[in-house]
Amino acid sequence: MSSSQQSVPALDVVDLRKTYATGVEALKGISLTVQAGDFYALLGPNGAGKSTLIGIISSLVNPSAGDVRVFGHSVRSERSQAMRMIGLVPQEINFNLFETPLDICVNQGGFYGIERKTALVRAEKYLKELALWDKAHAVTRTLSGGMKRRLMIARAMMNEPRLLILDEPTAGVDIEIRRSMWKFIEGINAAGTTVILTTHYLEEAEQLCRNITIIDHGRVIENTSMKKLLSKLDVETFVFDVTDANGELPQLADVRLARLDDHTLEAEMSRAHDLNSLFAALSARGITVTSMRNKANRLEELFVRLVDGSMANSGGAVSKEAA
Amino acid sequence: MNAQANLVALGTITRREVTRILRIWSQTLLPPAITMTLYFVIFGSLIGSRIGTMAQGVGGAPISYIEYIAPGLIMMAVIQNAYGNITSSFFGAKFQRFVEEMLVSPMPSWAILAGYVSGAVLRGFMVGVIVLLISLFFTKIHLYHPFVTLSTFLLAAVIFALLGFVNAIYARKFDDIAIIPTFVLTPLTYLGGVFYNVAQLPSPWKEISHLNPILYMVNAFRYGLLGVSDIDLTWAYLIMFAFVGALTAYCLSLLRRGVGLRS
Repeated sequence: MSSSQQSVPALDVVDLRKTYATGVEALKGISLTVQAGDFYALLGPNGAGKSTLIGIISSLVNPSAGDVRVFGHSVRSERSQAMRMIGLVPQEINFNLFETPLDICVNQGGFYGIERKTALVRAEKYLKELALWDKAHAVTRTLSGGMKRRLMIARAMMNEPRLLILDEPTAGVDIEIRRSMWKFIEGINAAGTTVILTTHYLEEAEQLCRNITIIDHGRVIENTSMKKLLSKLDVETFVFDVTDANGELPQLADVRLARLDDHTLEAEMSRAHDLNSLFAALSARGITVTSMRNKANRLEELFVRLVDGSMANSGGAVSKEAA
Repeated sequence: MNAQANLVALGTITRREVTRILRIWSQTLLPPAITMTLYFVIFGSLIGSRIGTMAQGVGGAPISYIEYIAPGLIMMAVIQNAYGNITSSFFGAKFQRFVEEMLVSPMPSWAILAGYVSGAVLRGFMVGVIVLLISLFFTKIHLYHPFVTLSTFLLAAVIFALLGFVNAIYARKFDDIAIIPTFVLTPLTYLGGVFYNVAQLPSPWKEISHLNPILYMVNAFRYGLLGVSDIDLTWAYLIMFAFVGALTAYCLSLLRRGVGLRS
């Protein structure tokens, strides 16, 4: 790959708008850039516009205004070149349930102009990597949910895309399979493929992604690196399992301590506050902490705050319009 | 994509269509064989034997009723199966959403259309050959004009494949792909001179029959097999080519705009 090719962003979304025939304004001027090689999180609550955005990037949805460039190729004016770069794993199962995984993968290669002989080799490679080779000749409707999800990843890899878009790929998948899927996708990313991920499992996004965009009500409400975003979290909530919390609880500045039941306490505290003083205060009251955990994943806490803020803002706007 | 890649994409759709036709042969190839056998038994042998000569063939040889209807029955099977194949297959792809596999790929609209039309034409060909073989158990078939026979088969199959594609694009539920064959295609086929000579009809039915495009296809095909036709062959070709051109342009426009496919 030449340096000029590397400097071209994998994805460049410019003032993208979409209003459906029903009048629903799904995207209200989205702009974002994903650099080549990134592992990028695209998050937002249900109905935020994520699927519409992915639909436009993959040319399944026609934009009302704005443009999307994939490695410099406009989805509107150079659709064929742009689509050659993309692999899409959609949210919903969308393959022929009467075909076999091998046929589905080989046909997908064919749609990208890949000769059958080459497609057969690639299909075997990806079906093996995703632990589906023993089901290569099974009818897909007999596969489990996790197998169907992995098949969609194998299918998306058939054209060896430079940009892989994963729209909630682990929905309904058990933890073991989810981990194996992420291991595979991390390997793909390490090999140079840009990955865009939408997921409702925010710990996945926190663990895997380097940069993040959060959208809500068709607008970008946060667009930064994961590190910077997490540093914004100034308050954390911990849950302590304790031996006995019947007595009076200690009072500490910057710590809000609450009793959930006789053996569980919740502490909301500033990130600047150290935990040692809290433990010491609890010990002084004869309360022994047996275990502790974060009440919510750090990204989850930030996400909820950002989206709540966005909802409050748009709620205000709605009530003004109604008035 | 370059021309070679486009051909691979087109070939992939065609191959997938043929695999589907053969995989569900009891739904795609067997029913027309049974239906057409019944037509030959009832209309050809039982009723047809009492009708007598329908026309004078090449060299003045008399053409019996069963000989007369055989080309029409073959064409009827081709038309119905080409139409039915593309509507059920393309609408099925829309319904299960695996049409998106093609829509997100770089292949051009014409390759998608050509792939599905090829599949429909191949099913028409398979069914046509089956019905032709069945007809040989009941009557003799002479191939007087092979080029006319093949070109008429091809043009008719393409026309009805394209019409089926339009139906599948606009269809939102399975009922929508059943309405046109039941209420439009079957009546037009029956009134398209398969079972009778339109020249024998009284006015204005004779003139009205000439508005039915299937009449031209059936008669051109009959000319290819029997050497006789109720209509002018030039008109038949002009009408068929006009339909192919107009429908192809319309289908490509629907695909380009994403009607019924992209929101």
